[in-house]
Amino acid sequence: MPRYFTDEHEWIDVDGDTATVGITDYAQEQLGDIVFVELPAPGTALTKGGDAAVVESVKAASDVYAPIDGEVSEANSALEDDPALVNTAPEGEGWFFKMTVGDAGQLEGLMDEAGYKSFCDSL
Amino acid sequence: MRYLPLTDTDRSEMLAKVGASTIDDLFVDVPEEARLDGPIHGLPMHASEMAVERHMRLLSKKNLAAADAPFFLGAGAYRHHVPASVDHIIQRGEFLTAYTPYQPEIAQGTLQMLFEFQTQVAKLYGCAVANASMYDGSTACWEAVAMATRVTRRNKAVLSGALHPHYTEVVKTMAKFTGDTIADSSPSIQPSPDNVGLIARIDEDTACVVVQYPDILGRIPDLTEIAEAAHAKGALLVAVNTEPVALGAIKSPGELGADIVVGEGQAIGVGLQFGGPFLGLFAVRDPKHVRQMPGRLCGETVDAEGKRGFVLTLSTREQHIRREKATSNICTNSGLCALAFSVHMTLLGEKGLRRLAAENHRLACIAADRLARVPGVTVLNELFFNEFTIRIEADARQVVRDLADQGVLAGVSLGRLYPQVEEFSDSLLVAVTETTSEEDIETLAVALEEALS
Repeated sequence: MPRYFTDEHEWIDVDGDTATVGITDYAQEQLGDIVFVELPAPGTALTKGGDAAVVESVKAASDVYAPIDGEVSEANSALEDDPALVNTAPEGEGWFFKMTVGDAGQLEGLMDEAGYKSFCDSL
Repeated sequence: MRYLPLTDTDRSEMLAKVGASTIDDLFVDVPEEARLDGPIHGLPMHASEMAVERHMRLLSKKNLAAADAPFFLGAGAYRHHVPASVDHIIQRGEFLTAYTPYQPEIAQGTLQMLFEFQTQVAKLYGCAVANASMYDGSTACWEAVAMATRVTRRNKAVLSGALHPHYTEVVKTMAKFTGDTIADSSPSIQPSPDNVGLIARIDEDTACVVVQYPDILGRIPDLTEIAEAAHAKGALLVAVNTEPVALGAIKSPGELGADIVVGEGQAIGVGLQFGGPFLGLFAVRDPKHVRQMPGRLCGETVDAEGKRGFVLTLSTREQHIRREKATSNICTNSGLCALAFSVHMTLLGEKGLRRLAAENHRLACIAADRLARVPGVTVLNELFFNEFTIRIEADARQVVRDLADQGVLAGVSLGRLYPQVEEFSDSLLVAVTETTSEEDIETLAVALEEALS
């Protein structure tokens, strides 16, 4: 299952027509202790680069953007009770939401794991 | 901060930026008749301080002050006794620390006060969390509607017909800019509120139902059945209270299932003050909704040495961090009015509030009984706290004016609140507080009897 990354520090796993989105380990490290995640409701239409979620740490509140176009199919309800999952398992159990893949062509503009790593190293 | 006056060039650049050609263009939303066109009439352009004082004193003698007449006005602003100790305490130096110098933790005196204020409001409203106050009851009411749309992700609010019409107007004004749908209606002049009609208006698109408790006619709706009906459709119940003293006698809205409780705090410690500044109260029953609350929140914590201290908390919802994505556009609170409320509430204590409420209700019952014996007067309410509606066989607006000329402030006519509803013209709201004497009640009854004969 291919994983892509954005320069806004979201990751997206694509499995056929659906994708799972979260924020990267680098992002959670920068944010510090996550205390709240505001997730989109299923059915919300997302546009690549548009607001999708809000992640709030003890330091700041940050927007999470949609990596591609699509529609939200599920939000990770586990984050309501335990937002710290984003710190402990950002690229696993701490996923944010699942969405449909509206335009697979948009994935081509995203980074792969190696590309993202060198992007972070350059920051 | 330096004070740098603007040049004409600065001004025209700024106007051009916002697309206005003159300063007056910025005021187009203010109705023309409300704008000041030239100097104030009757005031000379230049006069000595003494001459101005003399002039103003003469003008002030034209007022009929609340304390100078039998006073039965209410409808959202109540005359209660404010002990002299309240004014004394709010002027103490501990409270003079400014609370928003963006290093708010310096202002421990103010923060501690706000923390205690929040605790009092939460207890009074039967809620888990209250904020550090808002501008007034009507804007707090709008913020509750806006919060409900955020929580439910729906955008329709169903307003009870018996919500204060001024609150309804504020909500509708704000909704013009958010695109939310506001379903309002007129109150039905019945002994009890029309819960059945209200419940029938709740649907799957409804974010919240807004109910005043006690309502604009002084009636006390059963919030429990409205809460159940709202929750069954996935909507929130917003309860609005304009007379906090009532909550010393009747169950709190939170206990009855309201999700958001808002209201006007003026009645406790603040005074009438010619209509403002007032004090908005805002609380939520379920702590899970705290991040969607508007306004400031103070929290208790410990400092690096383990000592108790107070902080502004959850600022991540606010404008200075989230900019245009903040939970609301309110960015301050009514600090001094909140302080006065909190001081008065502390002086009263729970027992004192209950006694004050009982005294208000006792006198209101005496007034209702007495007025009911006036030929031509019918008391509408089945239940009331300290304010009730009477129907008189006359145009209530005119009767109120005639009685004011005789030095009796008889109440607020429904014709004044609802000028467009002809059938309300014979109805009058009468408010009675601990400041009302039995002689005042007798004076009103006699004057009404004369006016109606």
